[in-house]
Amino acid sequence: MKVSKLLMATALTAVTTAGATTASADELTLCWAAWDPANALVELSKDFESQSGIKMNFEFVPWPNFADRMLNELNSGGKLCDLLIGDSQWIGGAAENGNYVKLNDFFAQEGISMDDFIPATVTGYAEWPKGTPNYWALPAYADVVGWTYRKDWFERPELQTEFKEKYGYDLGIPSSLEHLKDIAEFFQGREIDGNTVYGAAIYTERGSEGITMGVTNALYNYGFEYQNPNKPYDLEGYVNSPGAVAGLEFYKELYDVGAPPGSSNWYMSEDIDAYKSGQVALQMNFAFIWPGVNADPNVGGDHTGYFANPPGPAGQFAQLGGQGISVVANTDNMEGALAYIKWFAQGDVQARWTDMGGASAMRSVVEAPGFADAQPFNQAFLDSMAIVKDFWAEPSYASLLLPMQGRVHEYVIAGQGTAQEALDGLVQDWIEVFEDEGLR
Amino acid sequence: MSGTPIDRLARATPPSLARRVRGLSDRAIAWLFVGPSIVLLLAVNIFPLIWTINLSFTNFKANRLRDVEYIGLRNYQRILTDSGTWESMQATAHFLFWTIFFQVLIGFALAYLINKKFKGNNLWTTIIVLPMMLSPAVVGNFWTFLYQPQIGLFNYVVEFFSGVDASSFSMIGSTHLAPWAIVIVDTWMWTPFVMLICLAGLRSIPDSIYEAAECDRASKWRQFWTLTVPMVLPFLMLAVLFRGIENFKMFDLVVQLTGGGPGSLTTLTSIDLKREAFEKWRTGYASAYAVILFVTVFGLASIYVKALNKVKER
Repeated sequence: MKVSKLLMATALTAVTTAGATTASADELTLCWAAWDPANALVELSKDFESQSGIKMNFEFVPWPNFADRMLNELNSGGKLCDLLIGDSQWIGGAAENGNYVKLNDFFAQEGISMDDFIPATVTGYAEWPKGTPNYWALPAYADVVGWTYRKDWFERPELQTEFKEKYGYDLGIPSSLEHLKDIAEFFQGREIDGNTVYGAAIYTERGSEGITMGVTNALYNYGFEYQNPNKPYDLEGYVNSPGAVAGLEFYKELYDVGAPPGSSNWYMSEDIDAYKSGQVALQMNFAFIWPGVNADPNVGGDHTGYFANPPGPAGQFAQLGGQGISVVANTDNMEGALAYIKWFAQGDVQARWTDMGGASAMRSVVEAPGFADAQPFNQAFLDSMAIVKDFWAEPSYASLLLPMQGRVHEYVIAGQGTAQEALDGLVQDWIEVFEDEGLR
Repeated sequence: MSGTPIDRLARATPPSLARRVRGLSDRAIAWLFVGPSIVLLLAVNIFPLIWTINLSFTNFKANRLRDVEYIGLRNYQRILTDSGTWESMQATAHFLFWTIFFQVLIGFALAYLINKKFKGNNLWTTIIVLPMMLSPAVVGNFWTFLYQPQIGLFNYVVEFFSGVDASSFSMIGSTHLAPWAIVIVDTWMWTPFVMLICLAGLRSIPDSIYEAAECDRASKWRQFWTLTVPMVLPFLMLAVLFRGIENFKMFDLVVQLTGGGPGSLTTLTSIDLKREAFEKWRTGYASAYAVILFVTVFGLASIYVKALNKVKER
């Protein structure tokens, strides 16, 4: 009798536990990073809840742990997320490992066309293999690295005069990366309103992806290529080309002459803090922070201007950020997850998404008359989205990212070796990864 | 109800169970008690260890469950010939040696002072042990602020005593200072632990021994070197063992402070291993790495424990 009661209690516990960890058919869990746009999405999704009767749950993970937490979830076959807004670089791994649902048939059936989205975001967030019409996500949040600057400081006559005398051209939005470095150097250690200020807050973080997301904005514009455009995975002479070396040297010089002391491990939040606290004249950061900067009581409004990553000798490019929304293959509520994608892909929902603090990648939204002038940063956003490039999105993306973090940090921050040695080493590291993958 | 607890337990045992248990040998009953623990130990310790050793000979990747091949000693060969691994080992050795050195030195000195009877003794003990009660992640986070050149208290203290401009150096950004930055924080946090162990050692020495030494007219200096140090030595060695094992697997504090940088200067083996295992997902490679670290720690700890036993037997 007692044994049977014990068994029954165990069974009940098991059922209860299973119920607690598995989403029911009328619920969906959406996973994303914990940041302001995620809060906007919670508000936006209330509309979906009322229309569909499906209750939305959200799992938001802080950025520094986002990749670890979510990739572990996918790799372990977890059932936490029905929908995942994952980083653009994960798409190759998630597609090849069967973690995401391929959406081509669904898009065709529901009349969702990728032509309706900014082409760079389709390539960056949805396609795998790149350049082929195989879609694993719907572009959800368009983002790119750009710059904010202290417009109020730039407009001060005494600073303009001094700058012109020193550099021979006007202080303003830099027309090249070299000019950007001049401006950073000009402001470095300067006294403004009784405070010591510095040049530029740039990405230098070592632990996750920070310095890579920063240095690529210089590398691309000086001639760095990930591979031979005509021969995939042929790296020698592209990753470590003379242009790429010059780009890496440029980033180190920018750090040496224009970054605040102690900024050796800075990423998004540290750059925001430095800018909002009035420590720096220039800030490199993803565009998602721009609405927050604009609304800031100290540096927002007329105090700040925005511009796209300036060109270098080899062209003008900017590091792509942002994410697409995917259906996790393990979901128990496939129908509900697809219904959410269908709802989210509607033009009016996308327009509201942007209004509420999201960043739609839908062309009807960003190409709408008046969009460029609707916010002081919108034009810079459009300019930036037109010049994006992204890091590898291979299944072995993390294995490619880690050596780049190490090699670049070693040279730029620790000052060890030369730029040529750093990139030569990176070529060897990446070759090893591709050989392990059987791609070379 | 009356009788001993054993009598009461015997009466409470259901007859059916009592019939089954009756007749079991002492050895069988001993196995019944020990069995569950052994099964648990095998399941959570021994099996994973054997499985890890097995994986270390493969090219297994936990995020890609296909194409698994046995590749012999290739992982071991790659790890042992990889300059990055040796740099991590070097960083770990630097961190281990200096943290233990400073913690033993300062910990013993603090214990020696605290052991003296003075007013507010208990209050000071409590204040000194506060850092070790904090979470390493929290400690790492707030030391990043203390080390900030513009606003950090640490830099201002250095400026106050040395005259060096606070904003002219960065503890966690400089290649020369970063390895010391993590040593300082770990020492700040864990010296109290060593102090407590030393204090236990000091308080275990009977006063009568010192009284006898006083009768023999031994100087304080002589008492310290011939009585205090030898009698506290086993405790000190135990503290070194604990701190050595703990710091060999140090992760959170350093990740929070430096992220392993600048470059790879503070990338300790535990950080390197975590990146291989859970970022690059090279599970086979990481397993071999873990086995190498396990053998290293196990070997060093075994030698050390033998030395510790010898000291205790003296």
